[in-house]
Amino acid sequence: MAEEKRLMKGNEAMGEAAVRAGCDAYFGYPITPQNELTAYMARHMLDKKRVFIQAESEVSAINMVYGAAATGARAMTSSSSPGISLKQEGISYACGADVPIVVINVARSGPGLGGISPAQGDYFQSTRGGGHGDYYHIVLAPKSVQEAADLTYEAFDLADQWRMPAMVLADGMIGQMMEGVVLPQPKDPATRIAKPWASGNRPAGRDCNHVDSTHLVPEEFEQANIARFKRYDEMKKLLPRWEEQHVEDADLILTAYGTSARVSLGAMQMARKLGLKVGLWRPITLWPFPEKRLGELAGKRFLTVEMSMGQYIEDVKLYTHGKSEVSFYGRCGGMIPTEEDLLAEIRRILKK
Amino acid sequence: MTEKTFMAGFGGQGVISLGQLWVYCGMKEGLEVTFFPFYGAEKRGGIARASVIVSTEEIASPLVTAPDSAIVMNMDSLPLCEAVLKQGGTLIINSSLVKVDTKRTDARVIKVPCNEIAERLGDVKFANMVMMGALSKATGAVKLDKLEAVLKSFFSTSKHKFIPMNMQAIQEGAKAVG
Repeated sequence: MAEEKRLMKGNEAMGEAAVRAGCDAYFGYPITPQNELTAYMARHMLDKKRVFIQAESEVSAINMVYGAAATGARAMTSSSSPGISLKQEGISYACGADVPIVVINVARSGPGLGGISPAQGDYFQSTRGGGHGDYYHIVLAPKSVQEAADLTYEAFDLADQWRMPAMVLADGMIGQMMEGVVLPQPKDPATRIAKPWASGNRPAGRDCNHVDSTHLVPEEFEQANIARFKRYDEMKKLLPRWEEQHVEDADLILTAYGTSARVSLGAMQMARKLGLKVGLWRPITLWPFPEKRLGELAGKRFLTVEMSMGQYIEDVKLYTHGKSEVSFYGRCGGMIPTEEDLLAEIRRILKK
Repeated sequence: MTEKTFMAGFGGQGVISLGQLWVYCGMKEGLEVTFFPFYGAEKRGGIARASVIVSTEEIASPLVTAPDSAIVMNMDSLPLCEAVLKQGGTLIINSSLVKVDTKRTDARVIKVPCNEIAERLGDVKFANMVMMGALSKATGAVKLDKLEAVLKSFFSTSKHKFIPMNMQAIQEGAKAVG
């Protein structure tokens, strides 16, 4: 039976979803606008006899996550943009050692310490392997409190299944706003994917497992990276997810993820009322990107909408293979595009 | 039906609680809801603002840029609300603290002496609930018929003794709209 709908902040909903997904250990360090998430975990992990540690820094927290996950625990951290930058070394190590972890970024404006208002300036960092080395990891972009909960819940399974970090890329709007949410049922630990590779606490007589990202023999390391990229190819076939509305007859397709997609939906509805053929295409997995579907729409005219100076637009251009005219509308520094301003831009582009 | 409301007042007047209770009741009445607060770093005295949307449809942008209704709890909030209210929108003013007339001649203006009514009921702290009653009556967007149950889960048990007064404040607020 489905649970009753609850009114929750995005940050709290993500926290509860993580608890229900079976997060064994949470390590965090405070930063606005994700503080309610850390606070939620502080309140709800210990009484379930799970691990909650407020670390002395973001670097420490991500390495605790890496260590806990290397032993097979479901481990998570959360932060906001400047804090996520600090965690990139640990994320690279987890990718290099094929360790599943969950990272939530409730993004704020940057660069630098920036501001505490919502932004989408972390697209490159999230989707291109934000640390050093050759890697990618799963990136999920919720547009609502409900999706923030659902994708956080799912991130644990995806990370375990593909043995890599899964990031939920939210923003300060998703984290701070309250909406109705129906939470998923607590996951039965028996359904978890076995982790025969995990280290520590091994039954007597079994071989030791070594979980590490060090590879000092170039010939072997190259093969390890190639094997990982074969896994990426498999993921690109299976994981991409997106939402689309009115794309088939559209003269202009708005494309955006997260909060910007909500604004775009509103602008699309306003445009449709005026008789303008406007559609919406929203990637839910930012990595792997739903490139095949976007490629099928190549030739259509696109307007990317972002809370940045233009990062996501590069993927839209890349996967429409030069066949589409792709325009950009964005606000940054913590400003959020409005439906009215976006509608004006749509009318300017369509000359109507 | 979609009702977008912008609420503003000074910190401590209960603007954030008002917004949360409004959407909580809306959700219990089967509506889609979004609540987004803005407030400064001040512990007290800064302007508290809330954008709230209740709708029978999926809610697009959570930002309220041209609200159908605006709530003005104090003097400083009046220009903020006047600047964003949509053409012909509803402006509900706490006339206990806002003694000037609005410049928005297009607006449907409703004046409710929230503080006076609340004080008459026993405590000025109910002023936000008086305002919520007025908002419900003026817009019809949220009926508040599930409010009592909502208050029971919203407040801790030690505060349940105040629920009847909250309910009375709502009724008085609705009556003030006429």
